[in-house]
Amino acid sequence: MSYAVETRDLTRVFSGKKKRWWRRKPTPDEEESLGPVTALDGVSLQIREGELFGLLGPNGAGKTTLIKILATLLLPTSGQALVAGHDVTKDPFPIRQRINMVSGGETSGYGLLTARENIWMFSQFYGVPSKVSKARIDELMHIFGLWDKRDAKVRMLSTGQRQKMNMIRGFVTGPDILFLDEPTLGLDVNAARVIREYVMNWVRGQAGKTVLLTSHYMAEADQMCDRIAIIDKGRILACDTPANLKRMIRTETTFQLEVDTIRDTTSFMGLQGVKNFSHKDDISKNRSHLTFILEDEGPVAEILSSITSQGAKVHSLQKSEPTLEDVFISMVGRGLD
Amino acid sequence: MSVATDRRTDLKYRVGLNLRAVVGRSYPRIVGANREPSWIFFEAFLPLLGIAAYVFIYQFFGLQATAAILGNPPMCGDHVCASVAEQNQYLAAVNANTNALIASVVLGGTMVAFWLNVLWSMASQLYWEKEIGNLQLYMMAPMNRMALLGGMAVGGMVMTSMRAVSTLVAGIFVFGVIFQVANPLLLLAVFFAPLIALYGLGMMFASLYLLWGREAWNLSALMEEPIFFSSGFYFPLGGLFRIPGWGPAVAIAGSFIPASIGLDALRQLTLGSTAFGGSLWIFNVTTELEILVGMAVLFLILARYCLAYLETLAKREGKLTSRHQ
Repeated sequence: MSYAVETRDLTRVFSGKKKRWWRRKPTPDEEESLGPVTALDGVSLQIREGELFGLLGPNGAGKTTLIKILATLLLPTSGQALVAGHDVTKDPFPIRQRINMVSGGETSGYGLLTARENIWMFSQFYGVPSKVSKARIDELMHIFGLWDKRDAKVRMLSTGQRQKMNMIRGFVTGPDILFLDEPTLGLDVNAARVIREYVMNWVRGQAGKTVLLTSHYMAEADQMCDRIAIIDKGRILACDTPANLKRMIRTETTFQLEVDTIRDTTSFMGLQGVKNFSHKDDISKNRSHLTFILEDEGPVAEILSSITSQGAKVHSLQKSEPTLEDVFISMVGRGLD
Repeated sequence: MSVATDRRTDLKYRVGLNLRAVVGRSYPRIVGANREPSWIFFEAFLPLLGIAAYVFIYQFFGLQATAAILGNPPMCGDHVCASVAEQNQYLAAVNANTNALIASVVLGGTMVAFWLNVLWSMASQLYWEKEIGNLQLYMMAPMNRMALLGGMAVGGMVMTSMRAVSTLVAGIFVFGVIFQVANPLLLLAVFFAPLIALYGLGMMFASLYLLWGREAWNLSALMEEPIFFSSGFYFPLGGLFRIPGWGPAVAIAGSFIPASIGLDALRQLTLGSTAFGGSLWIFNVTTELEILVGMAVLFLILARYCLAYLETLAKREGKLTSRHQ
């Protein structure tokens, strides 16, 4: 089996801010945040060639740190990372030839250049001959629906158009492995759909192409990825196909409730049979949306009585099939938001 | 067995890759910068005003000296002219010196353009690249990092040449400066050697500025006006050497900027080594060219090491290449 990406016991610790004599003495809380941070803690992963692999995790889980190590931008503190069979620490050149990275909300490029010129410029850093590069840019601009904006200066592009330009920048160099760090962040439905479809076709339509995708959108990861790893606090909690991940919690029961806004949610976790719980407030409607992962249906009555005892009204109660979000909540103990 | 594309790694490929990278990175500077018509006002017209101030002062001194020679009694230096021939000789010397001073200012003005470009654009460029999110994309690309800096330098040189040429043209047509070029090939060498050294210095600064962050702006401000003075941008630097006491110390300090020695050599080649009585030059042109080549090599090597150090630091600490960190 040939792996596009392989990490073995990969750990990355950020040393934190150094104390300087001229800096104010930190408060105890600040003291804690100044200390070393373990962003990755013994991560071992294998991503097969030709796979569209997802990495799900809350903010600060270590997703971007992992991508930066794989993109040769960061050194691991310990462990090993291989990309296309090459060690990121010892042999970055052949890796850099084969990879590219696109992040959501990226503002790269120069505002005075046109979209086409910007992408061409980045392709030159990979040695793509100008003629080849320009032909690829034109083709990709048609596919991404950016052809009309090819000669518009980058500073005149909307967020969605700019992100499409960034995506083209990622593909134009002909990478074998593409790192996509929340590529559809903040995009409208259509722009996100175009990007998702192209990425899936790109991986599945040709041999040897691999994508590592991080996303905040569970449905996106569910739809796109062959396998998904759930990461939290620098550790991989689970790694499997979306279907298998959902099967893992099928023995559990998921209930979703819409109730009047409630203040005290701490008591729910203490209830017997409640494995995990998340809640989201909709202040404009004065409602709370509660999701419970239960061992069985036993605790439902107790949950309802706990809600009504706070004077809140239950507007809806729904038992649902497990989604990727349920898997996430079950493992991480909270939602992504 | 991997089905991923095989990639070339041979020398020819690497040379091609880095040449493309140089062209690619110089493109935004050359093409992009000229898309804003305001550059003509800011880059060509405004600098001329600064030069004009020095030119008028030197012209005023020249007119005063001429008036004294043509006065009653006609003064040749500190004595009354003994003959018409001596009077004419003094008049010719005053005219030649005035032209040489104004030409020095015009040449200085062209070099100022490059120095400002190195200081405010080249040196601070990596910092800006980091802020707009380009730097980590550059660091992730397979090109040599020196190709990135090389592209910035080539772009900066070409773009600034337009301002430098407009200063030169204005010097000739507006201020009536006369240049005498006896050795064009040597002149070309003397023009490009300080430019390469100057941009090598800028490439080195680029890494250091990225390391120092915002504090670097103060350094740029510190190195602007004082270096105009200590490097002899608007007067022959040899004049500073002849001021007793602090003069030589300031001139030696200023000479570490390649533009100082470069200007001295350029002035000798375009005004003749006998201008200013041949007494205001630092070294002869050949020696100055050797020093400049040495500086160019030294600064390029230092730039290479500074950038390698910075990249290692960035990968170790994870701060330097990401925005707002």
